[in-house]
Amino acid sequence: MKTSIALVGLWLAATSIVSAQAINGAGATFPYPIYSKWFEEFRQKNPSIEINYQSKGSGAGIAQLTAGTVDFGASDMPMTDEQIAALKVKALHFPTVLGGVVPVYNLPGVKELKFSPEMLAGIFLHKILKWNDPVIAKANPGVKLPATDILVVHRADGSGTTFVFTDYLSKISPEWKAGPGSNSSIKWPTGVGQQGSEGVSGMVKQTPGAVSYVEFFYAFKENMEYGSVQNAAGVFLKATVESVTAAAAGAAKSMPADFRVSITNAPGKNAYPIASFTWLLIPTQIQDAPKRTALVSFLKWMLADGQKDCAALGYAPLPKEVVAQELKQIAQIH
Amino acid sequence: MGDEIARLVTLAFGASVVLITVLLIWNLWGTSAASRAKFGFGFLWGTNWDPNANDFGAFPFIYGTVMTSIMALVISVPLGVGAAIFLAEMAPPGLSSACTFLVELLAAVPSVIYGLLAIFTVVPLMREYIEPALKGAFGYLPQFQGPMLGIGYLTAAVVLSIMTIPYIIAISREALLEVPRDQREAALALGATRWETTFKVVVPYARLGILGSIFLGLARALGETMAITMVIGNDPTLHASWFAPGYTIAAVIANEFAEATGKIYTGALVELGLVLFLVTIIINALARLLVLATTRKGTAKVV
Repeated sequence: MKTSIALVGLWLAATSIVSAQAINGAGATFPYPIYSKWFEEFRQKNPSIEINYQSKGSGAGIAQLTAGTVDFGASDMPMTDEQIAALKVKALHFPTVLGGVVPVYNLPGVKELKFSPEMLAGIFLHKILKWNDPVIAKANPGVKLPATDILVVHRADGSGTTFVFTDYLSKISPEWKAGPGSNSSIKWPTGVGQQGSEGVSGMVKQTPGAVSYVEFFYAFKENMEYGSVQNAAGVFLKATVESVTAAAAGAAKSMPADFRVSITNAPGKNAYPIASFTWLLIPTQIQDAPKRTALVSFLKWMLADGQKDCAALGYAPLPKEVVAQELKQIAQIH
Repeated sequence: MGDEIARLVTLAFGASVVLITVLLIWNLWGTSAASRAKFGFGFLWGTNWDPNANDFGAFPFIYGTVMTSIMALVISVPLGVGAAIFLAEMAPPGLSSACTFLVELLAAVPSVIYGLLAIFTVVPLMREYIEPALKGAFGYLPQFQGPMLGIGYLTAAVVLSIMTIPYIIAISREALLEVPRDQREAALALGATRWETTFKVVVPYARLGILGSIFLGLARALGETMAITMVIGNDPTLHASWFAPGYTIAAVIANEFAEATGKIYTGALVELGLVLFLVTIIINALARLLVLATTRKGTAKVV
């Protein structure tokens, strides 16, 4: 008898967990480390709300949002006009954090390599083939560069990181823009593809002469060496939380109302050039009232307390102006 | 009554196989509509794969898939069948059962584990020793030229061969063990040596099973995804060199599907799935023909 009462009690406890407000989202992989931290922290503060997030990729997130199988989407690139037109319920872009992309390389004996825009474009366009090329030497005076072949390594899986990096290359090189262009997967002029940041950085570590790109937070977490990049003002900068935030501060002044903006190659002496927002895509109409309240309270928490988690994970927090503008946009969710 | 129920139940199970196949093709066919409409049959020999231009061709992937699988079999068939003959015919029973246990263990290892082995062991070995040696010996052939990265078609084929060998050994060994004792004894009684008995009587008798093991290995090679994408270099450009990076159908679907946007791009990836299905069917059909052709020749010839 006692055990059966205990069992009923357990069963009731179990059902009360199930009856908590569950919100499902899917999309971007680039902000996954901070999103999983946020959703966990938010659940601890609001035990009745559980946010499940699948980092399947921005494309999958947008597709699932369009199909209506998730409550919100997430994307590393702003939705295109065509994608917006396909939505049944209009969705809002909410920038959440900023991330940078850094060049990584394996050149025995060379530390603190500097990357100029011409050099990055030339290497990835397969125009610069050896490490002692004059363009590289010009950006790195006094560095003894070996005459070895350059091996370009890029992401094989579709990735927001690739989008940010190729978006930058498209801005600094007309030839890149007309050729490979920017997307989460592109037709690379040269090189080998590897899966994920782990695959890419593993290949670079193994292969002398290799060069690639990874998310700043990944290099930060793994304590990897990465190069500095020359920004639009001509200054060589290493990605840091501060230099990535500076890139967003410039963009904050001219932020469009729908937040669909690219901040690569941003103006400003202190702005790191390969940086981007990442977005949550929230439908404007949410029929289920408790779900709507839960999502809105998460957004408000994320824009205030959540931002404090950024620096520890290698992301840059949103500038104040952008936060204020987003708080206004929350009112559009019905 | 019981018989009737059993008949209906097993019929339902049998029908489910057909149903799954039909559903699979129907689904792949439907989801790839946009891509099929745009590229037609040209998809099969198109060599460009450019998501930004929405231009997709399957040839580099078909080439990579078929090429790495065939190269893998060239390596794994002699090794696998040879090992099976040793285990079934020559090895002392204790050693044979110990090896068989290990082989079956290897056959069950998940492919991502083989991928890790490949990245940390096979790739450096290929880059430092095997590829330079091949280049030294056959460098005049276009297949053995170009930079030696340690990843590419050849490395993928070596990894696939490591993965298919356990299948070939395990099933070939079973087939060899099923050869009746009389056959061996008859051959020995006629004065054949042990060597002659094995190669002229036992192996021909077991050839259907051995062929079966090879085709099972080939099926694994064609569909292998994780281990291959870790070592092939994932580059959809056609290269003559076996040292150069390539791509396979399964690998590109796994890599690009999640981030693919637009009906044509996702359609092209799904159509690649359809192509892989087609390649598998063609190869299975060829396998059947081969089996038929060899069966007609009659059983073992004893000289």
